[in-house]
Amino acid sequence: MRIAPVLGRLAWRYLWRNHRRTIIMLSAISIGAWAMMFMTALTRGMVDQMISDGISVIPGHVQIHHPGYLDDPSIANRLPYTDAELARRFDGAGFVAWASRVRVPAVITSERESRGVTLLGIDPAAERAFSFVDYDAVDGRFLESVDDSGIVIGAKLAGTLETEVGKRVVLMTQDPENEIADRGFRVVGLFHANIESYEDSFVFVGKRTAQDLLHIGDTTTEAVFVGDDYRNVEPVYDIVSAAVDDTVRVSRWTEIDTYLGTMLKTMDGFMLIWVVVIFLALSFGLVNTLVMAVFERVREIGLMLALGMKPAMILGQILIESMLLLGIGLLIGDVLAYATVKPLESGIDISIVAQGMEMFGASSMLYPALYLKDVILANVVVLILGFFASLSPAWRASRYEPVEAITKVG
Amino acid sequence: MNITLRLAWRNLWRQPRRTWLTTGAMVFSNVLLVFMISLQFGMYGLMIDNTLQVFTGHLQVQAPGYKDDQKMRQVVPDVRPLAERLREEFDSDRIAARGWAFGLASSAERSYGIGIYGVEPEFEPKVSNIPGLIEEGRYLDEPSAYDIVIGSVLARNLRVSVGDEITILGSGVDGSFAAAVLNVAGIFRSGVKEIDRNIAEIPLATFQEIFFMNGAGHQVVIMAPSLGAVPELQARVEAAISGDGDLVVQDWDALQPGLKQMIQADMSSAFFMYGILVILVAFSVLNTQLMSVLERTHEFGVVMALGMKPGRLGRLVMLETAMMGMLGLVLGAIAGAALTIWLGIRGYTIPGMEEMAAQFNLPGRIYPQATVLSTLIGPTVVFLFCLLASVYPAWRLRRLHPVEAMRTH
Amino acid sequence: MTAVRCVDICKTYAQGDVDIKALDHLSIEVAKGEFVCLMSPSGGGKTTLLNAIGGLDIPDSGEVWVADKRVDQMSKGELADLRLANIGFVFQAYNLIPVLTARENVEFVMQVQGVPAAERRQKSTAILEEVGLQGLENRRPAEMSGGQQQRVAVARAIVSRPALVLADEPTANLDSHTSDDLMELFTELNEHHNTTFIIATHDQRVMGYAKRLVRMLDGRIVEDIPQNAS
Repeated sequence: MRIAPVLGRLAWRYLWRNHRRTIIMLSAISIGAWAMMFMTALTRGMVDQMISDGISVIPGHVQIHHPGYLDDPSIANRLPYTDAELARRFDGAGFVAWASRVRVPAVITSERESRGVTLLGIDPAAERAFSFVDYDAVDGRFLESVDDSGIVIGAKLAGTLETEVGKRVVLMTQDPENEIADRGFRVVGLFHANIESYEDSFVFVGKRTAQDLLHIGDTTTEAVFVGDDYRNVEPVYDIVSAAVDDTVRVSRWTEIDTYLGTMLKTMDGFMLIWVVVIFLALSFGLVNTLVMAVFERVREIGLMLALGMKPAMILGQILIESMLLLGIGLLIGDVLAYATVKPLESGIDISIVAQGMEMFGASSMLYPALYLKDVILANVVVLILGFFASLSPAWRASRYEPVEAITKVG
Repeated sequence: MNITLRLAWRNLWRQPRRTWLTTGAMVFSNVLLVFMISLQFGMYGLMIDNTLQVFTGHLQVQAPGYKDDQKMRQVVPDVRPLAERLREEFDSDRIAARGWAFGLASSAERSYGIGIYGVEPEFEPKVSNIPGLIEEGRYLDEPSAYDIVIGSVLARNLRVSVGDEITILGSGVDGSFAAAVLNVAGIFRSGVKEIDRNIAEIPLATFQEIFFMNGAGHQVVIMAPSLGAVPELQARVEAAISGDGDLVVQDWDALQPGLKQMIQADMSSAFFMYGILVILVAFSVLNTQLMSVLERTHEFGVVMALGMKPGRLGRLVMLETAMMGMLGLVLGAIAGAALTIWLGIRGYTIPGMEEMAAQFNLPGRIYPQATVLSTLIGPTVVFLFCLLASVYPAWRLRRLHPVEAMRTH
Repeated sequence: MTAVRCVDICKTYAQGDVDIKALDHLSIEVAKGEFVCLMSPSGGGKTTLLNAIGGLDIPDSGEVWVADKRVDQMSKGELADLRLANIGFVFQAYNLIPVLTARENVEFVMQVQGVPAAERRQKSTAILEEVGLQGLENRRPAEMSGGQQQRVAVARAIVSRPALVLADEPTANLDSHTSDDLMELFTELNEHHNTTFIIATHDQRVMGYAKRLVRMLDGRIVEDIPQNAS
């Protein structure tokens, strides 16, 4: 359209003709855009963290169990495959990481107190990739092999039990014959976790040690598989499903922790709603501005029509004006969002509400995350909705009759 | 004054579309604010009440340090007489004594480590929901029977049902070996996984026997008539027990610090959102009023040349804003309240909310209530910010020179 | 050849309670290359007649022919094209787009017509020189005097060499000297390019340049006299 440059020039000049009004509008749009993206970054950051924390304790993206295990997590419902069998099926299948482990309820007793915990018999080397424990931040040391005879417990649990590294505790659990199996362990390490309650709930021993304790030979209670992207676990699910028969139940993490799975979905919805709400609040001002601008230009529009410009061109010119306004405002908002999120990416300390966050399942550090796709979403939504909001004043402008327009207020 | 009012009002309607659009922005924001604030107020109260009513109660009398350490030996001596005395003194039966111990619960097929609470069967239902959530069987009735009620998840994990026997193994308060066989009298479902999986209740007298408590316990739970009455009640209870050794009274915020914090965190993010809405509306008003002033430059010039002071004109502009703001406030408050009330009758839910709500002891369907405060607070803030926004255009009028102004157009 | 032909046109306006007959069974013919002045006191209908000829205002009845086309029956799009290609307008006021410079105002019509940039520039430079505004090309209307603005409007009206120029009180805001200059310009264009001019005015000065004087009163032609060139 050869006419476009003229319309563009007119649109730009008209925008700055009333620079006070334009600046006010730009400020509003950029603040609105910034708020959209800033809030989204905070929420995304929190949810990302929650989910990765949650997944790290499930753990993994896909798990397999004995069909009855999820309802009755006892040693009687072990995986029908031995470790050798699992290795045969899954080694080299292309996961980011996978491991089998023993997970059973147990009671831990120190000299002073007893508590109920979940015992995890793991292969520390295999689980390093996805464990919620930072092996290097453990007081003392973490487990070193599947045969490790020590036990690693949470720092908080150590406090409750009034025990510490080097002291002995007794672990008591049930074997498949429903007999009590117990053994003494030396505490070799205390771990810290983002979510404090994990420190109370989990204790770690070597996998073979657990298998011996429970007399279960080479078997385990679950195997976990980790892929690239927790948002899309279908590829991992498919590989795992294909490699097993129906003596085993395959579960995605969203099925195991439905709370987190739902949160992922609803957060996307909330953010879209937030973007639309802000846009609607802005739209009144936007339409008002256009209506006022058109009203001030009635005579000029009449002139242009009289000179032979087509109504569609008038419509186009006003739309371009509106899009320019929105575009510049969005750009400023984008820059502001980036500039405010970047410095906060190393974490906002919200430990003042740490326990509240724990109820939510979140940790006490908030890491905002500004994703390109969120920026694009906000910008595109505003531009599209803005386009439609501008249609009405632009349409009305194009409907002016030149004669009436020229003689108005004349 | 009267003519100024009329003048201000008529000025607003010289450009009806502009005034309506600006008012529209206010109404939109106000409706949102009223709805969200009503929802929040209602939800917070509900969340706290629901959570506390399950098990924690409003206040608890405990030994010092028990809240943080939860050690068996941190006891409240003679806990049942103490509870009885408090019941008499405050003339309320929403006061109950408890004991707590950790133990291994075994059925024929399974064993699990759980928390065992000794409760007063007659008074526990007054301070906790759990007795009312019995799914199968019945709650405890006799104060010294060897009965036990357990959560639904624990019942499933232990593979027991009503009438079966459970063995409890643990340590008494003096460290000695404690054991008992109890009869499953009932199974409850609270909906809170941690409770349904980890808690069992037995009569307090039985508990004291099994764990060699010697008449002691660990908590006296107290429910106040309302959340607001808690601080006063706490003071009175502290006074009542001041002679009884060094017991302390913990309020619900100390017992469940996460509750208030979660609400605070939620309120912070809500304030941010409300703040943005208010600011955007204020910008809208600023724009409108500025335009309205600028396009009347000539007219104002004439009026000033005739002798009107710029200050008076400034007040006129602010009056116009105030009227528009009032319009937005009233319409927005009414519409917002109407929406809230309608949803309060019909109930309000968003897909996915049920899951998340259960986590916080909230029902999946919410019935927001509109109160005078929740209806007016948002629109009032919007109104104030709009008045603030009109300061700049009004101030500009002071710098107007009549002759220059009249040369415009 | 007839440039403009109006046959028995009528136009009535309502103003408050009163009906005003702006055009009352008016007929007129203007040949190509003529230089016509329309005269009437204010409200006499000359603006309405110009608007009717230019396709801006359709009469209630009658026929309007411009260059052998029925203007009163054309669609909006066709009228726009007609105005774009064949008619140059000089209005009484508000002739220019305030956000464009003089040159851009002149080039405006050509841009809408799709004339390439180089050609536009060459033509606008030439025409601005012809109306005596060289050096002021990049000024905006607000930075020019009334006379200069009017000359830009004229430049714009004639830059694409329309066959017909309609001017409504072109000298209304000009001093005598500038008025003379403007009318000289019109005359020159009329004689050199054979452009048809229909000028509405009640300025005596302008009438002195007219080659044909048409007096109107209450929507009718009361006098139609050829003039001797002065």
